[in-house]
Amino acid sequence: MVDVVYAVLVAPFKDMAGSPAFLVEVLIGGVFAGLMYSLVALGFVLIFKASGVFNFAQGVMVLFAALTLVGLLERGVPVVLALALTTAVMVALAFAIERFVLRPLVNQEHIILFMATIGLNFFLEGFGEMLWGANVKKLDIGIPDRSFVVRGVQINELELTAAVTAALLVTLLAMFFQKTRIGRALRAVADDHEAALSIGIPLKTIWVVVWSVAGVVAIVAGLMWGAKSGVQFSLSLIALKALPVLILGGFESVPGAIVGGLIIGIGEKVGEVYWGPLVGGAIENWFAYVLALAFLLARPQGLFGEKIIERV
Amino acid sequence: MVSDAPRPLLSVSNIEVIYDHVILVLKGVSLTVPEGGIVALLGANGAGKSTTLKAISGLLRTERGEVTKGAIEFRGRAIHRRNPSEVVKHGIVQVMEGRHVFEHLTVEENLLTGAYTRHNGQSTKKDLDVVYHYFPRLTERRGFKAGYVSGGEQQMVAIGRALMARPTLMLLDEPSMGLAPMLVTEIFEIVARLNRAEGVAVLLAEQNATMALQVARHGYVMENGRIVLDGDAKAISENEDIKEFYLGLTGVGQRKSYRDVKHYRRRKRWLS
Ligand SMILES: Nc1ncnc2c1ncn2[C@@H]1O[C@H](COP(=O)(O)OP(=O)(O)OP(=O)(O)O)[C@@H](O)[C@H]1O
Ligand SMILES: [Mg+2]
Repeated sequence: MVDVVYAVLVAPFKDMAGSPAFLVEVLIGGVFAGLMYSLVALGFVLIFKASGVFNFAQGVMVLFAALTLVGLLERGVPVVLALALTTAVMVALAFAIERFVLRPLVNQEHIILFMATIGLNFFLEGFGEMLWGANVKKLDIGIPDRSFVVRGVQINELELTAAVTAALLVTLLAMFFQKTRIGRALRAVADDHEAALSIGIPLKTIWVVVWSVAGVVAIVAGLMWGAKSGVQFSLSLIALKALPVLILGGFESVPGAIVGGLIIGIGEKVGEVYWGPLVGGAIENWFAYVLALAFLLARPQGLFGEKIIERV
Repeated sequence: MVSDAPRPLLSVSNIEVIYDHVILVLKGVSLTVPEGGIVALLGANGAGKSTTLKAISGLLRTERGEVTKGAIEFRGRAIHRRNPSEVVKHGIVQVMEGRHVFEHLTVEENLLTGAYTRHNGQSTKKDLDVVYHYFPRLTERRGFKAGYVSGGEQQMVAIGRALMARPTLMLLDEPSMGLAPMLVTEIFEIVARLNRAEGVAVLLAEQNATMALQVARHGYVMENGRIVLDGDAKAISENEDIKEFYLGLTGVGQRKSYRDVKHYRRRKRWLS
């Protein structure tokens, strides 16, 4: 009994203290994974806030963006141009989704829109594979997957670049939301779409913008994750990790998506490395869901769930 | 008296509105608003005031409502097939019943969203000053989340936000709702000043007929999706039926208790 308590509550921390450099490496790995989850969750949050649609296809959008990027690169298109073209494709996709999915279904029940995004999910999956093929591809954007050492801590260049890019993207998005006319309109629509309409904000434009932004976020997520572990179908499954992130962070909270992603990313890596051996590993596979479940029971609105302002 | 100008600013002719393809709510409503005028649209709960305003602003469609007959013309142009954004660009803004401020945006951000259809940053700044001039209370509240300011201030935000679109015609839906009488007076005075100084025409839907008829020059009374009476504001407020059953007045300007008014409202179909 004492042994178990020791193994669970003491030994892992002794290990951490014993080799701080290794702990830092584990943490960095966690931050990297966490930022990827955050990015995918962010895509969900944006769309959910602006249109109340739970976008089941967010994960496939990541895959689709990565497939498009790889496809272009494989055909010899230079990196910068390929990125620009992929962005154009994602924006075109946003227009198409507004025109052919959202507009005809406006004023329908949320569940119907949700089902429409399930349809979108399968369409994009098939369409992406039809265009670019189904085999695993390597995404090479010219950043080497090698490490350098700072004070005994190994740092992977690719992961570092990814983390910095993600942080930059999030900062830009926050500024876009806070400071620009369109960003303000987006928040207005999220708050009260009927009032937004009443002062002349066109919902169609807002939807296109929001899906485009979600598309760009998907590109960045697909780029980083794809560069790390190749572009393949399983890429779309990181969306499954975004769900617990959303439960943790709150469905409508941008900071929540970011912090939630980091908590889950770091938590599962640390759990895996230090506690994994005790239970035979694979903590990474279920950690997020157990944490989300605990949150659902204790704080269903999430860490940053937007306060509902009540007044008479 | 309806209009001195040959053509009214807004003319609604004989419109019929159906919700959900089956629920007939407006059964041939006609009214006009002259350039720079204030017109009151009176009626009890469910009479169809909001529906009329939404038909004009185009907001009807988000509630699955449709104008199935008749026409709405603004400066001679048909607008009843336009979407709300186009209507705003034409110069008509609706201030919705229940205020509908953007709760998580600050007061100032709320006002700024009102200028969405206009792109000019310079004049936006100037318009903001105009709004603060008419609603000095909002100046102190500019950095507050709109969800946390008082009901009266929210109503001011809603009107100020609409002003930011520089409308020619403002559709005001029950601005008095849920506000203390003092505040109602304050807000109505500001509306009257806006009308005089800025030349904004106002179509004012109200249950509070006493207040509305004080600022309006012309009034329409609705019941059950029809206009049942229309005329000069003064004439309406002196109309015996209205006094007795609608304004809830006994004697000179004495307002009956709320319960009495309610009692009269329950006696439906008082005019037909
Ligand atoms: N979206 C809707 N779908 C179906 N019926 C509706 C809808 N909106 C309003 N109605 C009905 O239309 C009628 C008129 O409603 P409306 O809101 O226009 O009245 P109102 O005069 O503004 O009333 P109030 O003073 O209570 O605001 C009511 O009987 C109402 O039940
Ligand atoms: Mg109403």
